Amino acid sequence: MSSTSSPRGDTEERAGGARTERPSDPRSTPILSLREATKAFAGVHALEEVSLDLYGGEAHALVGENGAGKSTLVKILGGVHQPDSGSLVIDGREVVLGGTADAREAGIAVIYQEPTLFPDLSVAENVFIGRQPLRSGRRIDYRGMHRDVSQIFERLGVKMDPDRIARGLSIAEQQLVEIAKALSSEAKVLIMDEPTAALSPVEVDRLFKIAETLRSEGAAVLFISHRLEEVFVLCQRVTVLRDGKLVLSRKLEGLTGDDLVRAMVGRELQARRHEPHQAAGTVLEVDRLTREGVFVDISFEVRAGEVVALAGLVGAGRSEVARAIFGIDRYDAGAVRVGGQPLRRGSPTAAMRAGIGFVPEDRRQQGLVMELSTEENIALASLRALRRHGLLFASTERAFALDWAQRLQVKFSRLSNRVSSLSGGNQQKVVLAKWLSRRPRLLIVDEPTRGIDVGTKAEVHRLLSSLATEGVAVLVISSELPEVLSVADRILVMREGRLVATMGHDEASEERIIAAGTGQNTGADRIEEPTS
Amino acid sequence: MSTATAPTPTIAPASPRRLVDFVLRARTFGILGVLALFVLITTAIQPRFLHADNIRFILATTALYALVSVGETFVVITRNVDLSVGSVVGLSAYVSANMFQAHHGIPIPVVFLVGLGVGLACGVVTGVITAVGRVPSLVVTLAMLYIIRGVDTIIVGSGQVVANALPNSFINIFHATVLGIPDIAIAVAIVVAIAAYYLRSFRSGRELYAMGSDPDAARLGGIPIGRRIFGAFVLSGALAGLGGVLWATQYNTIDATAATGLELQVIAAVVVGGVAIFGGSGSVVGAALGALLLQTISSALNVLGVPSLWTMAISGFLLLVAITLDRGIQLWLAAALRRRRVHLGA
Amino acid sequence: MEPERRTLRDRIAPLIRWESGLAIALVGVLILGNSISSQFFSSYNIFTLCTNIGDLALLALPMTLIIITGEIDLSVASVLAVSAETLGALWTHHWPMALIFVVCLVIGATAGLINGLLITRVGLPSLAVTIGTLTLYRGLANVILGASTVSNFPAPFNTLGVNGFLGIPWLSWSVAIFLVCAVITGVMLRMTPFGRSLYAIGLSQEAAFHAGIRVKRTKLLLFVASGVVAAAVGMLYAFELSSAGENIGIGFELQVVTIVLLGGVSIFGGKGTILGVALAAFVYAGLRSALLLTPSFNENDFEVVSGGLLILSVLIPNTASFVQRARMLMRRGHVRDRRKVLALADAEVLDRD
Repeated sequence: MSSTSSPRGDTEERAGGARTERPSDPRSTPILSLREATKAFAGVHALEEVSLDLYGGEAHALVGENGAGKSTLVKILGGVHQPDSGSLVIDGREVVLGGTADAREAGIAVIYQEPTLFPDLSVAENVFIGRQPLRSGRRIDYRGMHRDVSQIFERLGVKMDPDRIARGLSIAEQQLVEIAKALSSEAKVLIMDEPTAALSPVEVDRLFKIAETLRSEGAAVLFISHRLEEVFVLCQRVTVLRDGKLVLSRKLEGLTGDDLVRAMVGRELQARRHEPHQAAGTVLEVDRLTREGVFVDISFEVRAGEVVALAGLVGAGRSEVARAIFGIDRYDAGAVRVGGQPLRRGSPTAAMRAGIGFVPEDRRQQGLVMELSTEENIALASLRALRRHGLLFASTERAFALDWAQRLQVKFSRLSNRVSSLSGGNQQKVVLAKWLSRRPRLLIVDEPTRGIDVGTKAEVHRLLSSLATEGVAVLVISSELPEVLSVADRILVMREGRLVATMGHDEASEERIIAAGTGQNTGADRIEEPTS
Repeated sequence: MSTATAPTPTIAPASPRRLVDFVLRARTFGILGVLALFVLITTAIQPRFLHADNIRFILATTALYALVSVGETFVVITRNVDLSVGSVVGLSAYVSANMFQAHHGIPIPVVFLVGLGVGLACGVVTGVITAVGRVPSLVVTLAMLYIIRGVDTIIVGSGQVVANALPNSFINIFHATVLGIPDIAIAVAIVVAIAAYYLRSFRSGRELYAMGSDPDAARLGGIPIGRRIFGAFVLSGALAGLGGVLWATQYNTIDATAATGLELQVIAAVVVGGVAIFGGSGSVVGAALGALLLQTISSALNVLGVPSLWTMAISGFLLLVAITLDRGIQLWLAAALRRRRVHLGA
Repeated sequence: MEPERRTLRDRIAPLIRWESGLAIALVGVLILGNSISSQFFSSYNIFTLCTNIGDLALLALPMTLIIITGEIDLSVASVLAVSAETLGALWTHHWPMALIFVVCLVIGATAGLINGLLITRVGLPSLAVTIGTLTLYRGLANVILGASTVSNFPAPFNTLGVNGFLGIPWLSWSVAIFLVCAVITGVMLRMTPFGRSLYAIGLSQEAAFHAGIRVKRTKLLLFVASGVVAAAVGMLYAFELSSAGENIGIGFELQVVTIVLLGGVSIFGGKGTILGVALAAFVYAGLRSALLLTPSFNENDFEVVSGGLLILSVLIPNTASFVQRARMLMRRGHVRDRRKVLALADAEVLDRD
């Protein structure tokens, strides 16, 4: 007898060739079924006839490059958009979601990457906003609300005061509140959109444990992530989208990371190899840099022509160090020297004059002015240099921007369109173009490939490498270890505000970096202390 | 944790929730504290200040400002602003007082209703343009300030309502007291209490705070933004309309310039009272206290012989002090909350 | 992607903008004025029109820059008053005019500096701060001169409100100065790094800062400039009126904001041109002049009109884009239900992945 599994229940052959379906397993009918959904924006298809089935008690991963349509699909399920065609079936009934409230009522809860809580309201109010339990006379039952939220937190194993104001909660804590919100409305489907991007491993663990709990209670979990390692840990089923179309939708068992990547990209990706670079003189010297409560005694150098990576857990203080060097944030003690000359603290202008470029972590809020055009964004850091006779001419700006857009192979339709119309990967290239066009001595890049599709990721890595070959000093901050290993000549690891390890590329490995980052000293692998 | 953190200040409570409550309460008490300070200093210099008559006068004058402040608070909480309240008060004052001139023997409650109606109408127009037309409230209420004042001037022409056109029973409303406290002050206090209760205990009230706290999240969360904004402006207009009648009972002679500039005093009262100019937090009680504080100061200056010319300057100065203080508190609170998060663990 | 070629559409599209609408409106207003009264184009009437608008237009220049960066300065009229009253007070005490000029400008700069520091260093919202300083400065202005009025300004200053610029009978000094300043400001705004940075700041302060733009210093500069200009206009206005007294310039700030918004500058920041504001100023002044020439139409009626104009200036573009989105949705045929179309057209710009 052989049995084949198919997405809709199991079938098995009996002796004699007759096929029977096993009696329906409660898990064999999907809780939610999206059928042939199509959605286009301004003539561009974001989704084309995509179908997706979510089963209760199962974690389902949704993967794909940027622009593949994941975000659109999530928004459709969340009621933010309506599909142009196609249908949504929940618990066997066809449903039309006119808005987010409809989605919530249908039992769908979405946790976005950036949770949106009301900072001035309490945690409990945030959980129950719009649905606060009422007592007599339609008045809000605060005590009942507090009780309900406390119970939910207990169920999740979380310690948080329901009456505390939401302002000041960390991203991880905000996500927990969102999850509590989902539970309080008895969501049957929990959708998590890139939830782990800003979480530390401890927080990721906790999140996964909670997802497991919900799964065991029969909910369906849809997990969108770029981190394939996490997908394999958490999920049982996977759907891959590419260019708005469905490529793959099946059980995860039996698949490898490469299979997924191949499905996402549609071609073989070369294994990332590291190219060593020739380092020359010191460009950046960081000398006992300290900012109270954030980082302490950070000292390191970056030389021309080398790529140095700053690794460590989220919250270790790496971005803060970078921002302090560039002058966005101030520091309390220590010094920064560029090319031997002391650099004034707290002044991005001084840093730029010294030849430093800074690609920030948050592309949309800090890296780009989303409502300006692509060309204006590229030229934004070079305005003074572009003057002719003291004035800026549009033609000069455009030529300059075009030149750099082409050099970095930015895919655009019109340079004069808003930069928000570009995909994530191309937006990142615009940010890079903005800084590279200044021909910096030192380029600091914070999370160079976050939220970028695999293809562009490789391009960015190649770009950083070639920069080093040209003699630029490059400092990269990254939470993606494969990226760190493939790009960096030297790796510095920070933990809790201190620099705890340095390793050259040849001696580095994911395990060693993680060990240093989490402080696990496994005896056999000794961590080098930083040499100043 | 090996990273250095500043030691927790010992007077502030440890838990984040208690900390925030503490700060909020301190802010409200702060107003009372400043109030007490002013009263004490002024009385020390000029004992006449604490006379029953004077206190009654202060309370009676405050009533109008506190009433309009309640409506303004509703609007500001949603991250909007209503600059038209002064013009509404002026128009309502004239129209309602004129009722006595035009219709002899008209019952006083009807006049109040007329004032309310005038305010409601203005509020509805403003609300519709803001909520449906999606025009920023700063622009709309600025325009309405002009339009309503213009309409007022056209209606008034060169005329005015003179004191002796008003029946004594109407004029006495301003002076009537119960147990020594002015009637109108008590009435307004009741309105404040109802408003405060509503904002605390009803879903739609909490939604107003949500809208000001994060407008995008509010929209995503399915809160009926248009309806709520409309409601807030209608209320603001209605209360300003009632305020107009109170103006008439106080000033008796009303021309086209009545209540010009009142909106600035109301906004000052609201901000001094702890309502964040960007919305999301604050209370009507605070706003009413803010109005009381400003009127007390005005009276104090008067009693101390400081020329009334200085009142404007001083209330402007106080507004600046209030928002600077609030900003300082906000920064301190944010830092303190971050420290607590670190201590209590994620 | 090949290098872009500028199609005809590219060239035409920028012209079909707010500024064109204003230009048309200006022509319309002039025609209206002429049809109401043959006196409209008389030298005297134009001159009066100019004196009415020149000061407001000058104040509108720094206001435009400030609003583009996402802030607002409601204290300009009060600074104007402080300057005018100081002029009056010092003149009564026989100070030399040159020195008075310096003092007034310094006062304006200080007033602007206070605004700027509270907004950039302390981090307070400009709406609240300038409402506070509006009250504070107006109060101080009232204290300086009290209830008295000074009117005995010397020649040639006391003829600024009467004689035309360089002898041109219909062109007031204030408008002439405005035109020169407008050109300079306009060029600065469009074609210098400083001017460009204002748009970036208005659209995304954080991103501008991360690109090396000194946001705080820029805003501080703008508020100081606003104070200086307001002080200068205060003196100019006092000369034009040949008097400095209580309540001078009251309500100006609202008129200035009206003109700036009518000029197509977005109250949220990041958009707007000096050309638009200049056109709006003249449309405003022309309309007022034309309407006032109509019998039985007076200043108060104009208040109502200008309020209406202000609302329309935002309502019309809003409705237009709403209708455009709704039509696009219906045309694509995907959404039939009328209500859904309305709701969707309402939604924000849908962003891609």
